[in-house]
Amino acid sequence: MSAVAARLRVDTGLLLVAPAVVFLLLFFIYPFGYGFVLSFQPVEGNWLANYQKFFSDEHLWRTLIITFQLSLPVTILNVGLALPIAFQLRRKTRYQRWITTLLVIPITLGTVLIAEGMLTYFGPRGWLSQFLQLLHIYDGPIRLTHNFAGVVLSLVISGFPFAFLLMLSYVTGIDPTLARAAATLGAGPWDQFRHIYLPLLAPGLAITFCLAFVQAFSVFPSAVLVGAPSGPTRVISLAAYEAAFEQYDYSMASAVAMIMGFAQLIVVVAVLGLRRGLYRGPVGGGKG
Amino acid sequence: MNQQFKELRLAAVSRHFDNPSGVRVAALHELTLTIRRGEFICLLGPSGCGKTTALNCIAGLLPVTGGTISLDERRIDLLPPEKRGFGMVFQNYALFPHMTVQRNVAFGLMMRNTPAAEIKARVARAFQLVQLGGHEDKLPGQLSGGQQQRVAIARAIVIEPPLLLMDEPLSNLDAKLRLEMRAEIRRIHRELDRTTIYVTHDQEEALSLADRIVVMKDGLVQQVAGPEDVYAQPANLHVARFMGYRNVIALNVGARNGDRLTLEGSGLGLEGTAKQEIAGPHVSVAIRPEDISVGAGPNGIDGRVESVEYGGHVSLIDVRAGENVLLHVRTGARVKMGDQVRLTISPQRVLVYPAESA
Repeated sequence: MSAVAARLRVDTGLLLVAPAVVFLLLFFIYPFGYGFVLSFQPVEGNWLANYQKFFSDEHLWRTLIITFQLSLPVTILNVGLALPIAFQLRRKTRYQRWITTLLVIPITLGTVLIAEGMLTYFGPRGWLSQFLQLLHIYDGPIRLTHNFAGVVLSLVISGFPFAFLLMLSYVTGIDPTLARAAATLGAGPWDQFRHIYLPLLAPGLAITFCLAFVQAFSVFPSAVLVGAPSGPTRVISLAAYEAAFEQYDYSMASAVAMIMGFAQLIVVVAVLGLRRGLYRGPVGGGKG
Repeated sequence: MNQQFKELRLAAVSRHFDNPSGVRVAALHELTLTIRRGEFICLLGPSGCGKTTALNCIAGLLPVTGGTISLDERRIDLLPPEKRGFGMVFQNYALFPHMTVQRNVAFGLMMRNTPAAEIKARVARAFQLVQLGGHEDKLPGQLSGGQQQRVAIARAIVIEPPLLLMDEPLSNLDAKLRLEMRAEIRRIHRELDRTTIYVTHDQEEALSLADRIVVMKDGLVQQVAGPEDVYAQPANLHVARFMGYRNVIALNVGARNGDRLTLEGSGLGLEGTAKQEIAGPHVSVAIRPEDISVGAGPNGIDGRVESVEYGGHVSLIDVRAGENVLLHVRTGARVKMGDQVRLTISPQRVLVYPAESA
């Protein structure tokens, strides 16, 4: 067996990837292909009927726009917050571990738990509202739940730690001697960031953006629990859910899922395309 | 910022840090030194002796915790590195991996808002100086270690800093390249007529480059002197050991005649020269293997050759003498293992220091 393999120049080590390949085939490729085919077999009408319906029914196509309106600002906010905070924590200090732990705690909480907490804290009769009224800072009721803002808040709470952890590992991977070298050449803190850190971080920033975006785009529980699922936060995953489990139209649900996947793919491909033009080599300063 | 200076004064410069168990440790303790314009200074010592700490304090990369640094009359130890305008060559070169070699070298001038035409001319001149033409558009990762090192030097000197700081710039190179670059660095220093502070743990490098050597150990300065003095007249036993005095023997003082001491013990009798105040009867004697010659003469020791390490022009031999004292000798004489030999040493080259407190 191994002699044959050697003669055929087959690397028997490749067999080690077999379990992963089987897993992918069974649990990703096959269901995906099944859904793809299913989406072209509508209950009635021609093979494109589901897609025609989606893009002609305002109740449906608006969910795509709403999802973009939610996920793009949330992603920009999460990555935009994660970058400076991770940058500030790049040096190992005794505080770094504490702050990192504090920032990462929400990742351990489920979306539903976060939503529960938000309802008690941010609701119109919640602690925040009562506290502000007590101090006479703001007397009206605070509306941060059951609307668009509630979902944004929930996605930031659950998505930020993720973006932060990724950015922290990219930032700390950059040799700090580079910034020190820049300093001896006359670069102040801003120039060190702009000319050294930012270009070296850009590829990591792109990856973080993609992952954070995909995570935010597939929002579902918080859109229902702390959003307004009948209108302003009727996101695309909700449309797929309704088709599948309220109308029992699996074909339509598959079509919505395909559209959702395609929309995510477009953004990811666009961001990774921008990344192609950037330096992606090692981030060290030389030998040693 | 780029003006030449008359002297750089370090006054009791210290750098402390808290170690993990919370104890305050001095990485650098009260370094006092005045460096004149045009000097080539080497900070020499084993790893952990505080030499790189000293360099980082001068560059502004580490804040000092005591003392002052001034450039002529201007105090600079509170300025950030970008306001000091010193050039620095880092041990791992710290070239910006995402910029071409050309942009790496131009970076310091860009930060100074130098006009583009002038940048171009000065970068070209710097490339000429380090003899690295034709690689301008490559990324640092595409260059060899020696080439990267030249880029690092070009990047530091193109801003024409009044003071050039180098942190073991040759330690990542192979032996042959190291010798070549050593000569280059000396040439560049001469041509630019600038002041250089160079950190190294290689005594040979320090001896060949420096006008003055600062020998350090455990954050303390041991000796500041010219290469010849550091080599021939080490100020204490630490320096002697570091400078290649491989024979250190514990002996007792017999008679004294000024600096000249008669030493005995371990079955040996020798004349030596005191290099430090000798209080007690116990002393440590340091002798360089090169200073011992094989053959009859005064101030001698008899012994038996125990091993011979052939080294071409000179061989390294180990001689067992007196009561089990092993002496390392570097000699051109041809001897064989087991030979009885007489070793002689000039009393001036038998350096006597107070005994090490064991």
